[in-house]
Amino acid sequence: MTGTVLRLIGVTQQYGSGSTAVSALSGVDFDVSQGELVAVMGPSGSGKSTLLSIAGGLAIPTSGEVVVEGQHLSEQTPAQLARLRRRSLGFVFQDFNLIPTLTALENVTLPLELDGFRSRVARRAGRDALSSVGLEDKSGSYPDDLSGGQQQRVAIARAVVGGRRLILADEPTGALDSVTGEMVLKMLRARVDAGAAGILVTHEARHAAFADRIVFLRDGRIVDESRRAGADSLLAAR
Amino acid sequence: MSVRQSLLAILDQGPCYGYQLRAEFDRRTGSTWPLNVGQIYNTLDRLERDGLVEKGAVDEHGHVYWEITDAGAAEVRDWLASPVQRAQGTRDELAIKLAVAATLPGVDVADIIQTQRRSSLAQLQELNRAKYAGANPDGPEELAWSLVVDSMIFSAEAEVRWLDHSEQRLALHPHHAMALELSTDKPKRGRPAKAEVSVAPEKAR
Repeated sequence: MTGTVLRLIGVTQQYGSGSTAVSALSGVDFDVSQGELVAVMGPSGSGKSTLLSIAGGLAIPTSGEVVVEGQHLSEQTPAQLARLRRRSLGFVFQDFNLIPTLTALENVTLPLELDGFRSRVARRAGRDALSSVGLEDKSGSYPDDLSGGQQQRVAIARAVVGGRRLILADEPTGALDSVTGEMVLKMLRARVDAGAAGILVTHEARHAAFADRIVFLRDGRIVDESRRAGADSLLAAR
Repeated sequence: MSVRQSLLAILDQGPCYGYQLRAEFDRRTGSTWPLNVGQIYNTLDRLERDGLVEKGAVDEHGHVYWEITDAGAAEVRDWLASPVQRAQGTRDELAIKLAVAATLPGVDVADIIQTQRRSSLAQLQELNRAKYAGANPDGPEELAWSLVVDSMIFSAEAEVRWLDHSEQRLALHPHHAMALELSTDKPKRGRPAKAEVSVAPEKAR
């Protein structure tokens, strides 16, 4: 595991002001390194989604710093921020968020084309990304022709295409059955093992178990962190 | 644990000798509950006594092949067709701990829950790693093993969900509305006065 890909330093996010101010996050320090998948858990309203939005540059914190691949988000112009999001960050949502009128390959290559990549280069990178999630034979399929699990794998391919290093996944298995959800998580885990970094927001402990580290939020604060267990096997054999 | 019925179900596939039966049980359960050969022979003796198996041929190595009887095959069918009734009334140490802790003034139950959740999640991570440690979790023997691990994973997950639920319920009572001081009421006894005198306090629980 090398290199910190994302760092949140003393991040606070407040909504409203004065006596009615509500803190969604309070002084959160958080980092994710290359090859590391961190799960974020906590009850509804604990700040999980706010943390993900801030990590992805979709929301600007009231105070504190967000550093993605060494770049302070607060120092970026809106155009630079948009470019950083396109080049460094990949989002995976519960509802897949694929564009229904584009094929799987077109969905995956869209961020690259928006970023000015030549079509041929983008298509090659797109095919590589689809192949990395086992969907090389579905590049011409439209989202409606794919199962939920396949759509989410396309979304993961889109999140990692072109060497993106930070995957932000918000309840990515929420719309999937348990076996399909597990396949998607294995795929996410494999992408992280191949060199990405990931944040997985989930309320399912079984899925958080795919992570190297589990961070608990309560009332906007990190209250605990659980690391992967040591070598002691819990099982009688193997 | 349904060792008796499991061994019988394996014998329903064909005659086996003792060690062979143990190996078959192990590979079908991922060696999660290893049996010693003494348990195997004890079980076979009881199955023979009940008319469910009988001794068959002996090979050149002296292995006695046990065969299932018609009554044994019928028991296997019954077993497979019936739901497993889990034992009721087993005391759940964690549920008791949490219930009592929630009534103690000055005790932060949220901390107790978090400590337990951390432990359960570490267990889940370990189980998850074990599940995917093999080359092919969907191969026949690996699948049997990973189904057993899945059962442990879902149990651990259920515990975490219950902890989450308990935490949220307790959060509705931030000022320890549940905290109970020691009661000054004398508890009513459920036994006749005569019996109370003769029963030692430890045994009365």
